[in-house]
Formats: sequence, structure tokens, C-alpha cells
Amino acid sequence: MSTVTIDKSGPTRKVKYGSMSRDRTWALRWSYFFLTLFAIFSLVPPLYMLITSLKGSAEISAATNPWWVYHPTLENYIQLLTSNQFLRFFWNSAWVSIIVVTITMLISVPAAFALARMKFWGSATLATGVFLTYLIPDSLLFIPLFKMFAVIGDWTGVQLINRWYVLLFIYPTLTVPFCTWIMIGYFASIPKELDEAAIIDGASWFQTLTRIFIPVALPGLIAATIFAFTVSWAQFLYPLVFTTSTDQLVLPVGIITTLIKGDVFNWGQIMTGALLGAAPPLIIYAFLMDYYIAGLTAGATKG
Amino acid sequence: MADVSLRKVVKRYDEVEAVRGIDLDIADHEFVVLVGPSGCGKSTTLRMIAGLEDISDGDIMIGGDVVNDVPPKDRDIAMVFQNYALYPHMTVAENMSFGLRLKHYPKAEIKSRVTEAARMLDITDLIDRKPKQLSGGQRQRVAMGRAIVRNPKVFLFDEPLSNLDAKLRVQMRIEIKKVHQKVCTTTVYVTHDQVEAMTLADRVVVMNHGRIEQIGTPNELYHKPATRFVASFIGSPAMNFVPCRLEDVGGKLNVRLTDRLSFPLPPARAARYQGLSRTDKLLLGLRPEHVMEARPHAEPGIEPFDAVLDVTEPMGMETLVYFTLEGSQLCGRVNPNAGAQDGSPLRLAVDLNNMHLLNEVTGAVL
Repeated sequence: MSTVTIDKSGPTRKVKYGSMSRDRTWALRWSYFFLTLFAIFSLVPPLYMLITSLKGSAEISAATNPWWVYHPTLENYIQLLTSNQFLRFFWNSAWVSIIVVTITMLISVPAAFALARMKFWGSATLATGVFLTYLIPDSLLFIPLFKMFAVIGDWTGVQLINRWYVLLFIYPTLTVPFCTWIMIGYFASIPKELDEAAIIDGASWFQTLTRIFIPVALPGLIAATIFAFTVSWAQFLYPLVFTTSTDQLVLPVGIITTLIKGDVFNWGQIMTGALLGAAPPLIIYAFLMDYYIAGLTAGATKG
Repeated sequence: MADVSLRKVVKRYDEVEAVRGIDLDIADHEFVVLVGPSGCGKSTTLRMIAGLEDISDGDIMIGGDVVNDVPPKDRDIAMVFQNYALYPHMTVAENMSFGLRLKHYPKAEIKSRVTEAARMLDITDLIDRKPKQLSGGQRQRVAMGRAIVRNPKVFLFDEPLSNLDAKLRVQMRIEIKKVHQKVCTTTVYVTHDQVEAMTLADRVVVMNHGRIEQIGTPNELYHKPATRFVASFIGSPAMNFVPCRLEDVGGKLNVRLTDRLSFPLPPARAARYQGLSRTDKLLLGLRPEHVMEARPHAEPGIEPFDAVLDVTEPMGMETLVYFTLEGSQLCGRVNPNAGAQDGSPLRLAVDLNNMHLLNEVTGAVL
């Protein structure tokens, strides 16, 4: 009888322990790398604006280190905030944005409710149509719109071009479709039984909307509000085309048209104006950030 | 309080008929359960009574009035949904009083009704909480409370216990029964769980493929099913079915299951089935409790036979035994001390005094 030796040892490769945490570490390193990169890209321009806004015109034109303020001054801020013109732009912007947000919400919330819940013939097609209108760029629309308002002016004698309130008719073409779309997604995520329960409890469609849907979909409503506000506040092309007189301008166009005189750029005030103009959306974001994020994620998972 | 009647009610979705002309009369104060497998049309029927679905044909009457075109809010009904459907931004009290507030009831009356309902459902301590702070069972109580405070003509329940775990389901079942005993409102309750149907109902309506298979008290359905569907749907474990035919042996009527297995029928059954054709393909239906361990002494109608058990399931107070008889899987209930073991032979007996005989083709109980 011959004896057979059996090699009982296992595979020679060493077992790796903690590979899960190593993978995680690398994932974290990469994410921090890209996050840092992203932070630099997005934070450098406002930082540059802040630095420049604190410089006097002499220091800006002198070839010193652009990233350092040698003689800090609030001169630009004082000049802008005491200038009636700048405050006029600010008020125009504020009025336009507030009214546009109101109009948008008054139209898009009931529209979204109808499209999401009151199943009627063609409602699905209409919902897609709403989104498609949002995809048409404003650069394509401004000439036909301008023509339309010119014709309306000729026919009725009501002159809307070169009035700040013409923007109240134009901005909703951008905000209403998108806000409606957001709200459709939000309303669609509310269980069907909730409105059925309300209907059985004796609520009308309008009461179901105001007493159940709007409170339940409040995060989405806030997200839509912020969006509408941001779009109206930051819109540049339409006010540039539709308003020309200084007292009718809104902030973004006002800064450009009044602070650039020929080839002379008043950089200090331009930067200050841009910073001050960015303040209201920033404050709103800061307060409603949690709601806004909740709104974004809800839109992401539904519709 | 009111009676509810359905007359030839049909529901069509494009080409599909979900409910195919059902007739049903529900008396005042009655607790009727619609039961059946998914897609049998039971929920659609309930939703048509609620007014949440239009009816394609027929009439629905509540309290004698045809309500076909009456909107849900004017039908004076209350509904409890499977997923509770509580308003998440309102407290328990606000949820319960929502319907009353919409109808502009005086505040004092609303308060007293909510307090009374909360006391009845034992949720007085939860009255100021939001739904997300409640457990599943508590939420279902609130949903019931919302129905009770309205004091409607009819309660509609759409699978209200399906989202609860098994233990809570039993508890809530008792709770629902107690509430019905107190308020006595006419109730239509939909479930796919036959145990729920049997335990809650005054009368059970078994539905299948959009039609009513049988209407009866729980005991009637269990002991006198009209069709094979009802016989197999009601009862757990389900009724056993074995292909068989009738034959005359020495002037006595026998039921032959296999070449080797044939049982003489007890006199009462023999008289009942005497007129049937001897060539018809039939099914012998036996409840598991009528397949038990063989007794030491002979009893009329109890016929012993030998089986080899495939699987046994000890349940404590009894043991379920599964075995194969000429290709049919059968289930029996034996005494835990009968010595039933997986894979071992056991002498069993069938109780033919409680047998059912069905037509294999039509499924009708003969």
C-alpha cells in the first residue's frame, strides 16, 4: 500500500481584511478632491467680486495684486446704496419678482393639481406639453414676443414695451411651465386615497387643493417659489430687450447699462452691484434650503 | 342608518368588465363582507357604492334612493382605506373632525363627537398627535374614528387590516366588531382574507371574476358551499378535492376514488346522490377536519384507509398531515398523539357524513 499525502493547506493568496473600508476611503478621497475643485470654481468669482468691491478705482486700475485689498473702502457700497438710480433698479427687480412669483403660483398650482389629479381627456398630453414649452429657449422667443407687444400697442394703444411691468407678462412664460411641472410631480406623489378620503369627507376639488394638497406639498411649493423668484430676479435677456429707459430697468440690466459708459468699466461699482443683487436670492436660499432640497429630491424620484 | 341595494351593477373599463351585473341587498345594521381573490371586482364594487367609481350599468340604492349620479359627499357614507389615508399635516383630532368642519357643524358638537369616538377607540391620549407619530394600529383606529364621528348611513371598509402585522390584525378585527356592535351602522367590508370575512360578517359575499359566487352566513358558506370556488376559497387549510365516480356495489351506492379505494356512502348521502349518473366525472370534497386518524372501532360513515404521509405540520392542538392519493395532494387533521411523522405510513379515515360531491366540469356542488 502506498500512502498518499494530501496537501491540506488552502490557497496561498493572503486574505484581505477591511477591503470594504479601504474602498470607502478611496471613494471619500475622490469625492473630497472633486468637491474641493468644485468649491474653488464656484467660490472664486464671488470672492473676486467681494475683493474688487472693497477697492477704490485708483487701486483697481493700479497693477497691484488683484487678490489683496491694500486700502479697503466702502466707497462703492455707499455710492450705490445712496444712488436713487440703483435703488430704483432694486425696487423694479423686487416688484417684478414678487408679482411674477405670485402670478406663477396662482396659475401653476391649480394647473398642476388639475393635470395630476382631475383625469380629463388629454390631461397627460397637456402635462407633457407644459414641460416641452419650458424647453424652448428664451433667445428664440424674444423677437416674436417683442413683435406681439408691438402689435398689441398698435392695435389697442396700450404701450407695454419699455415699461417694467411688461416683464410681468413675459416672465411667467418661463416660470409657469417649470413650476407646473415640479408641482405635477409633487402632487402625483401624494397617495390617491388622500383626495378620495377628502372627497368622501365632503370636500370640493378646490377645498381638496387648498386644505389637503397645498399643505402636504408645501416643500414642493416652496421649491417652486424659489425657482420662480430666482428666474425672475436673474433674468437678463428679456429686460435687456423690452426695457430701455433708465427708470424702467431691473437690476441685472441696470448695472450693465449705467455702470459701463462707452469703454469705461466702473469695475468697483459693477462688482458691488452684482454682490448686492445676489444678496436677496442668497438670503432666501439660506432660510429655505431644507425645503428646497426636499423639493428637489421629490422631483427626482417622481414624474 | 340605511339599507344598500345593488341592481345588475356593471363596471366596464374599456373592453374589460370588472363587475358583471351583480345583485346584492344589504339590510339596515348588517355587516356584509365582500371577499374574493385579487381582481375579482370586490374593491371596485365598494368604490362604486362610495361613488369613487362611476357605474357603467345598473342601479345602486342607499336608503331606498338611487345614488348612481350622486357625488360621494352627498351619499352620507364614510370610508376606511387600506393605507389609512390620514391627512399628514393634521392632528388626530383635526383628521377626525375634518368632515364635520367642512359641513360647518358647531364647535361644541364637533368636540363632543370627536371625544366620544376617541374614547370608544381608546385613542384619547393621541388626540393632539400627528399621524406620523402613530403606529399602524393607532393610525387605523384614527381612520375608523374619522368614519365614526360623521355618523354616516353606511361604513365602507377597503381592506383596512392588510397593512397590519398578523397579531395586530386579530386585535383590530375584534375592535372593528366591537365598534359595529356599539354603533350598529350598516357596513360593507372588503377583504381578500377569508378568516377576516368569516369572523366579522353577518353575511359573506364571495366574488370571483366580477360575479357573486355565493352569498350566505359564514357557517352556510363553510358547510354548504354552492361551488367549487367557494368550497376551496373558504376554510384554511382549503378543502381537499379527489376525482371520483359513483358505482353500485351489492345494491349499495359507493364512491370510488381509485382502483383500490372505494367507500360505501352513509344512507343519508346515498339517498341524496342516488339519482346521479354513474358515469359523470365527479370530485369528492372533504374538509381537512374530515380526514382524521382511524378510530379503533367502526363508526357509520367513517371509512378507514392507509396513507403514507409526505409532510406533517405540528400545530400544537392538532397536526396537519399531507399525503398523496392517486396524484391528488390531500390534507388531514390528526391528533398530535396519533404518531404522524414525515414519510411514515399512518392509518387515516374519511368522514363521509360531511362529504361534498361536486361536478368536475361545472364545479357545482351536487
